Amino acid sequence: MIALLLRDLKLSVRAGGGALIGVLFFTTVVAVIPFGVGPDLNLLSRIGPAIVWIGALLSALLGLDRMFQTDREDGSLDLILMQEHPLALTVLVKCLAHWLGNGLPLVIASPLLGLFMNMDEVAIGATMLTLLVGTPALTFIGAVGAAVAVALPRGGLLVSILVLPLAIPVLIFGVSASYAAVQDPAPFMPPFLILVAITMFFAVLGPLGAALALRNAGD
Amino acid sequence: MPQIAVLTKLTDLANPTRFLGLASRILPWMAGITAILFAIGLYLSFAGEGDYQQGMTVRIMYVHVPAAWLSMMCYSVMAASAIGTLVWRHPLADVSHKAAAPLGAAFTLIALATGSLWGKPMWGTWWVWDARLTSVFVLFLMYLGLIALNRAMDDPGKAARVSSVLILVGFVNIPIIKFSVEWWNTLHQPASVIRMGGSTIDSTFLWPLLMMAIAFTMLFFTLHIAAMRNEIWRRRVSAQRRMAARMAGQKTDNTVEKGA
Amino acid sequence: MRLMVEALSARRGEDLIFRDISFTLDGGQSMVLTGRNGSGKSTLLRAVSGLLRPESGRVIWHSEGTDADIRAAEACHYLGHRNAMKAELSVSENLGFWKSFIGDFPGGHGVSVGEAAEAVGLGDIAHLPFGYLSAGQQRRMAFAKLLVAWKPVWILDEPTAALDVSAESVFTALIKTHLSQGGIVLAATHQPLGLENARELKMTGFAGGTESMW
Repeated sequence: MIALLLRDLKLSVRAGGGALIGVLFFTTVVAVIPFGVGPDLNLLSRIGPAIVWIGALLSALLGLDRMFQTDREDGSLDLILMQEHPLALTVLVKCLAHWLGNGLPLVIASPLLGLFMNMDEVAIGATMLTLLVGTPALTFIGAVGAAVAVALPRGGLLVSILVLPLAIPVLIFGVSASYAAVQDPAPFMPPFLILVAITMFFAVLGPLGAALALRNAGD
Repeated sequence: MPQIAVLTKLTDLANPTRFLGLASRILPWMAGITAILFAIGLYLSFAGEGDYQQGMTVRIMYVHVPAAWLSMMCYSVMAASAIGTLVWRHPLADVSHKAAAPLGAAFTLIALATGSLWGKPMWGTWWVWDARLTSVFVLFLMYLGLIALNRAMDDPGKAARVSSVLILVGFVNIPIIKFSVEWWNTLHQPASVIRMGGSTIDSTFLWPLLMMAIAFTMLFFTLHIAAMRNEIWRRRVSAQRRMAARMAGQKTDNTVEKGA
Repeated sequence: MRLMVEALSARRGEDLIFRDISFTLDGGQSMVLTGRNGSGKSTLLRAVSGLLRPESGRVIWHSEGTDADIRAAEACHYLGHRNAMKAELSVSENLGFWKSFIGDFPGGHGVSVGEAAEAVGLGDIAHLPFGYLSAGQQRRMAFAKLLVAWKPVWILDEPTAALDVSAESVFTALIKTHLSQGGIVLAATHQPLGLENARELKMTGFAGGTESMW
């Protein structure tokens, strides 16, 4: 299992720089927002957490469909499916590796983008914290889509369409918690704890669903 | 040396032929009952008085609420069929959830459209990000995604199994989505919009509503069985076409071998 | 040690590719599947490996010291058309990963990565990225994967396609060694593998008259 984690991490670093593309996309999405809504700093700081979250959500979806697809293309997936470390556990490890390679860089890049959006320190910190807790949920739920993509002649866009509705709760509570940290009356903990709960729930549901889809997509 | 046995009759686990026989027998009855129920329901809907606040627009409710109810029931039917596909590998279950998805999308669209029509006089706008409307909208997107997924795959068996997984994952998620949308809604719209249901519904509205709900449910099952029948026929036709191609291919192969 | 295949039938798409295939292979035995393209050789191999759920029938593995209900796939190595190696990683990283991920089946031990690369005649280039190797070298390294972790059954799908004669003889020697150690080999091939005692199963594929499930 550790071998799988290390291998996937090595691949994400060496192969084409998936992490870099994700961060670049994230930066670009956030950077075009001011061109759309205007350079009003007050407005930007107000919508900042939401924009950063949406940018992270889209960037997280970007590399998802490759999660199992590369393994399928070179035949590795067959061998992985044959080994009975419970398949859900194998998927969980692949999710972790994928998140370390693609999700974590987004979290690390988010404070910089927060500065672009004129957010204050508390808001930046809260957004980063919620992203740290929330982006794994995106990877877990996206794993189901990635497993479905294996069976598709051409995956890609369809995976995003399938996964996005399921990711709505993550977005809602991630953004709610970020705002709650800044705006006084709303408490921070309830939405944040719900976000943690959602992540933990998806950590179970995602790998189980993905394993089921992988077993059934084989031919 | 082991030999590939001569193809003998395959004992079917599922029997689509029996289903087709049953379907053709009960479909006229179901269609008839649906028509009668609709006649009664529509009569009651229009005979009753309008609401003193909402006027005639309250009659939209008699279409809107049953459609919204069906949008959820249809997904439950699909989830049950998905279990049938994954656990028992029943080909009829494959057909069932494939046939149900467009129906679910259609009823959800009706619910959204009538909700929007109702919203214009009530709230003064075509669309509000009300918790119910929003979660129904998300459901609509999920239906469309499932339809797209089914169409993107060539092998119907694999398509059925893969979309079953997604249906079930979505089914587990629906309560979470509903809950989070409600949370989000109360956060952003403290002044809640006027809501039907939950509160006391007068019996003058209740009877037509109940009748229409039953009529819509019957309509769903009639359409569902008809759509399943169509899907089975479609698969039979494509199976026979493939067979014809295969036979022709073997004939040419043989002549080539003889020629060589 | 025994691999039993009982009344296996499998579908591809909606077509039944083969039905009611049964055979038994004991330790040291091998079987070669022959037949033209599309006759179902690969499908049978994937069904035995557990990668394709069979329409009916089952594959049973029996050996000393393992559970009776163990999945037969656990005892199998599968070498498909694709090499299952990452072009970005070096050969030894690739082999090292599979060695620890696949692991040894009870009753034997895999050789080290260096020895495996040596065995396929490419010991001195194991440090190179896999992508830099030629197609023939890549295939040899994919074969070395079978050596790093011990599995009694080797399931080989066209193992020698696109290989020169010397590489073929290396493979044949490795397969013979595996058989002499009590292993089992199930291979689909166009070319003769040079195995004297191999049984042959001729796949005829679609025989016409397959009933659709509809």
